[in-house]
Amino acid sequence: MPVEVKGGQDVRSFVRTLVEEQGSEKAELIPILHEINHELGYISDEAIQELSDRMHIPTSHIFSVATFYRMLSTEPRGRHVIQFCESAPCHVAGGRQVWQSLQKELGLEKGETSADEKWTLITTSCLGVCGIGPVIIIDHDIYGNVTPEQVPNLLKNYD
Amino acid sequence: MAYFRSHVLVSIDPVCVQKGAYDLIHVLQDELVKQGLIDEVEVLETSRIGNPDKEGPDLMVYPEGVHYTNLTVKDIPFLVEEQFLKGRVAEAFVHEAEENLDEEFSAPRSKEVRVVLKNIGVIDPLNIEDYIALDGYMALGKVLTEMTPEETIQVVLDSGLRGRGGAGFPTGLKWRFIRAAEGEPKYMICNADEGDPGAFANRRVLEGDPHSVIEGMIIGAYAAGSSQGYIYCRAEYPIAVQTLKIAIDQSRNLGLLGENILGTDFSFDLEVRMGAGAFVCGEETALMASIEGKRGEPRPRPPFPAQKGLWQKPSNINNVETYSNIPKIILNGAEWFASMGYEKSKGTKTFSMAGDVKNTGLIEVPFGITLREIIYDVGGGIKNDKAFKAVQTGGPMGGCLPVKYLDLPMDYESLGKAGSILGSGGLVVMDEDTCMVDIARFFMEFTQDESCGKCTPCRVGTRRILEILTRICEGKGRPDDIDTLRYLCEEINENSLCGLGKGAPNPVKSTLEHFLDEYEAHIYEKRCPAKVCKSLIRFEIIDGTCTGCTLCARNCPANAISGERRQTHVIDPDACIKCGICEQLCPYDAIEII
Repeated sequence: MPVEVKGGQDVRSFVRTLVEEQGSEKAELIPILHEINHELGYISDEAIQELSDRMHIPTSHIFSVATFYRMLSTEPRGRHVIQFCESAPCHVAGGRQVWQSLQKELGLEKGETSADEKWTLITTSCLGVCGIGPVIIIDHDIYGNVTPEQVPNLLKNYD
Repeated sequence: MAYFRSHVLVSIDPVCVQKGAYDLIHVLQDELVKQGLIDEVEVLETSRIGNPDKEGPDLMVYPEGVHYTNLTVKDIPFLVEEQFLKGRVAEAFVHEAEENLDEEFSAPRSKEVRVVLKNIGVIDPLNIEDYIALDGYMALGKVLTEMTPEETIQVVLDSGLRGRGGAGFPTGLKWRFIRAAEGEPKYMICNADEGDPGAFANRRVLEGDPHSVIEGMIIGAYAAGSSQGYIYCRAEYPIAVQTLKIAIDQSRNLGLLGENILGTDFSFDLEVRMGAGAFVCGEETALMASIEGKRGEPRPRPPFPAQKGLWQKPSNINNVETYSNIPKIILNGAEWFASMGYEKSKGTKTFSMAGDVKNTGLIEVPFGITLREIIYDVGGGIKNDKAFKAVQTGGPMGGCLPVKYLDLPMDYESLGKAGSILGSGGLVVMDEDTCMVDIARFFMEFTQDESCGKCTPCRVGTRRILEILTRICEGKGRPDDIDTLRYLCEEINENSLCGLGKGAPNPVKSTLEHFLDEYEAHIYEKRCPAKVCKSLIRFEIIDGTCTGCTLCARNCPANAISGERRQTHVIDPDACIKCGICEQLCPYDAIEII
């Protein structure tokens, strides 16, 4: 099934519009990849191909950029993305136990997406809210002072 | 312009948002409409006001300057009635001045001096007029109309301002280099991608006082002869990115950015670029590669950015805090700035305190203050009255300093001598329950993960260190491990391409130096003194203390606990997965970690 984006556009025309709006300078590549990732949830092969045609950049370069940055993904992600802060302040505050609880509850390793495409579990660098570590973000909701016992209940809030 | 008799600033710090700040704003607005006050009271969003970690969400009512905290949506009707209708302070929600835990609002704590954080929580960051009302853009006017670029550079040089990103290079000197460099255009770049764990000062400045950074950049551009600038900001800080974009538009609309700034023949424009989640992009050459649309990998220096930077043109990179200091230096003079601080480190520095300390959060103190003053006077001491064990300064590339460094004055040189760095000001305080081998392993996991992979010492070396440390934590350490670790630390430090690789061994080196006994206990005695490393501990039930309530046995996920009711229970060490649930649940403290 072809992935549909905003306003019923297909991926290729969506990418084309983005390039027209933002320009085809190489410096616009990362901002455009951000937009695609935001809209589709990941950067598909089709999008990379279209970008390459429009911006005259080899697909290999686009792929190498898209896989370098943590916030961009070239793999489809689940409906809900869980980001776990793996930085020192969260670790000192008991982050490891929360991480283990998340892994156990979801049955997922770092970077994996569940078979039913509901969850993707990833780690993130510091979110700058170290005062309430350990911190996890589910989609756009931020949870602080998380304990391992709270994890199952937090997950229940998401369909 | 609409006139309001009262302004309410609501903190939308991520912590307050988590505690329902947006719901509060909506209910507050509805209530003001209901009471017919919406044209008289304006509700604004701001960065952090108090210490929402403990209380929050916070709000601040001006002109009275009343600080309310601990609010929920159901308190709002009462608050609106008292504060805005009847004009009385709603005492029940007023922030207690005695327990002054808020870090960047109200009176600074005894040892704090606020320069960079001065405006935060005082002005509306989304309204340029608030900034202008507090002398904002006056320094820019002064520079453009009264000073030559060379005079501007001289003032910054005389002030003694050094780069706040951690390396501490004199800012004025950097500006002089780019001014003298050949090639057009010249680029002015702000590094807002310093994502050191535990260093969130930059986020707070960008969210709470964005114009101070923008003004500092324009002044720098004038001094350097630059016509185009970029702010490269972490995508992990979405509110900061948004605030910056709004602030830049406002400056442009008032003719403070763009062609012929303030009617002079100086032109400069500014753009925000968003990072995409790569720690190494805090490294200047990697950051520039990322702006150019490439993988954020560093390259060797020289050539330095001042000669060949962004798109091979002369470029200047300073961080958020450095730029934010500039307008204040121009307005108050170099002598004022140089009068604060210590030896070769002038002015103030923001530190972000996290970890096992009572008051976490952001502080700003003059250079030269000791670690003890920061941790005990400003930070309130160690949580749960435990003993201090170590503090890690400067993020994951910094060293862990033990008790004997508590009286170390904080400045670039002293920290360097002690085997750590200032970095971007992160302080992670650790108590007696921290295993230093585990901490070293943790930091190595981080750098190993964040290494861009371009150079071998960093890519492979950090992996080797991580393997050894993991082995030690699992009780499989070998006697020659310590020598191998020392050797690897030296090699990685000497041969890596950028600061990430060069600094990566610091946590290991410093823990080896100051906590060697812990490494030895792990390797020779197969014991973890802090009782953290799972392979080296076991759980036991104390005979006599256990009442046989069965709580532990019922909750053990591995069914490792057995015993009759009212009889002492037993843990089967082979079945135990060491999750620690039994110890947390036991109401009689009958479970011991050995």
